[in-house]
Amino acid sequence: MTMVVDDLGDEAADEFPVRRIKFSINGKKKAAEIEPRLLLADLIRRGVGLTGTHRGCDTTNCGACTVLVDGRAIKSCTMLAVQVDGHEVTTVEGLATASELHPIQEGFKQEHGLQCGFCTPGMMLAAKELLDRNPDPTEEDVRWAISGNLCRCTGYQNIVKSVLWAAEKLRAEG
Amino acid sequence: MFPSRFRYEAPHSLDEAIGLLHDGGDYVKVLAGGQSLVPMMKLRFASPDMLVDINNLPGLAYHRTDPDGSLRIGALCRHADLERSDLLKGTQPTMAAAAPLVADPLVRNRGTLVGSLCHADPQGDWASVMLALGGSVIAQGPGGKRAIPMAEFVTGPFQNVLEHDEIAVEAVVPAARGVRSGGYLKLERRVGDFATVGVAVALETSGTSVVRAGIALTGVGGSTIGATEAAAALTGQPLTPDSISQAAELAAAAAQPRTDHRGTAEYKRQLVRVFVKRILAAGPATAATGEPAERAA
Repeated sequence: MTMVVDDLGDEAADEFPVRRIKFSINGKKKAAEIEPRLLLADLIRRGVGLTGTHRGCDTTNCGACTVLVDGRAIKSCTMLAVQVDGHEVTTVEGLATASELHPIQEGFKQEHGLQCGFCTPGMMLAAKELLDRNPDPTEEDVRWAISGNLCRCTGYQNIVKSVLWAAEKLRAEG
Repeated sequence: MFPSRFRYEAPHSLDEAIGLLHDGGDYVKVLAGGQSLVPMMKLRFASPDMLVDINNLPGLAYHRTDPDGSLRIGALCRHADLERSDLLKGTQPTMAAAAPLVADPLVRNRGTLVGSLCHADPQGDWASVMLALGGSVIAQGPGGKRAIPMAEFVTGPFQNVLEHDEIAVEAVVPAARGVRSGGYLKLERRVGDFATVGVAVALETSGTSVVRAGIALTGVGGSTIGATEAAAALTGQPLTPDSISQAAELAAAAAQPRTDHRGTAEYKRQLVRVFVKRILAAGPATAATGEPAERAA
């Protein structure tokens, strides 16, 4: 991982020390040296190089940057990267295996749950947290779970169907 | 966007955290959930010299009922923990109604109730709920702990009475004197938007008589408004259509709404009136089940 930080000179560097953190992302262990003000979204996109986590509004509104930290869906533009020290991050790249889509991804394909695709990674991770916690959600539960993720294309209908499709598939797989 | 540079400390003990605040200089902020602080820092509305991240402090993620009947919510208890809490659903109808209405699910996974109280945003839902419940904040500093009643905790928009070296470690809801009922209703243009209007009502009923009432208003003034006269109109008697109407009128009169893009002042005042009536119309018997009155108004 390459992370270039500003060289502040010795005095300022003492005041604002670079932090060394260790974390895991999609099951892989990583270490990074970062400025404390680096946001998690930037650690993921620029540091690790995983660009499936999208930066949308950058103001805690849209949910395009949603990732899981220790299994909980959060907005990675609103968490400092230094705070994942010792924690597990899952991004959309962590859903599929090399040969197979995750049932949530399969659901979005089957039910046409995306158009432009920008909100999709965030939607999928919000759905992942829901289905991990509640394998048999109602339509209302799904709408509630994705209420922090904005989509400007679909009108949400097919996203909801996609998540319900995935829920059924996951239950069938046991 | 990213924040300006700051020194970052993530202590592992409360004493260490308080020491950092004590020695840290003029502009040090405590970082809990960060769901208001981080956006404000990105927008450079806030540029603290140092952040004291309390997420590594042990034993603050709880919410529990103490033997004395009081409910205690630790500084690292997230909104989502409260939203899914069977304890709240069974015993705290006003809180159980408010928890799913705070921000959006992603913010609720990270943000904390105590942090929301400290942030003292006039649009904050928890401040109204805690004010209606007669709650308090426990602050811990170098000299020990002190309890600050919610009614005295917030002094204005984004201002609270914490000393620079104090941390709000806990919020407390006192034991009920009767059977709790009440609710929280909020109108928002979409999930996650600031409240157009929010109303918290907390009742305690003994027999048929209301022994304690609290009503507080979100988003209709420069800070959270305690509608004390409205609450007083309910106490010492059974709930009647007359007392409900009177409380609704007094609450609407206590609101100080301003016309903005979310609605006119008169519209917001009317919402206060309607929400107070709507929560109270559910009555002690049904509201006491603790089911959220409505997920969204």
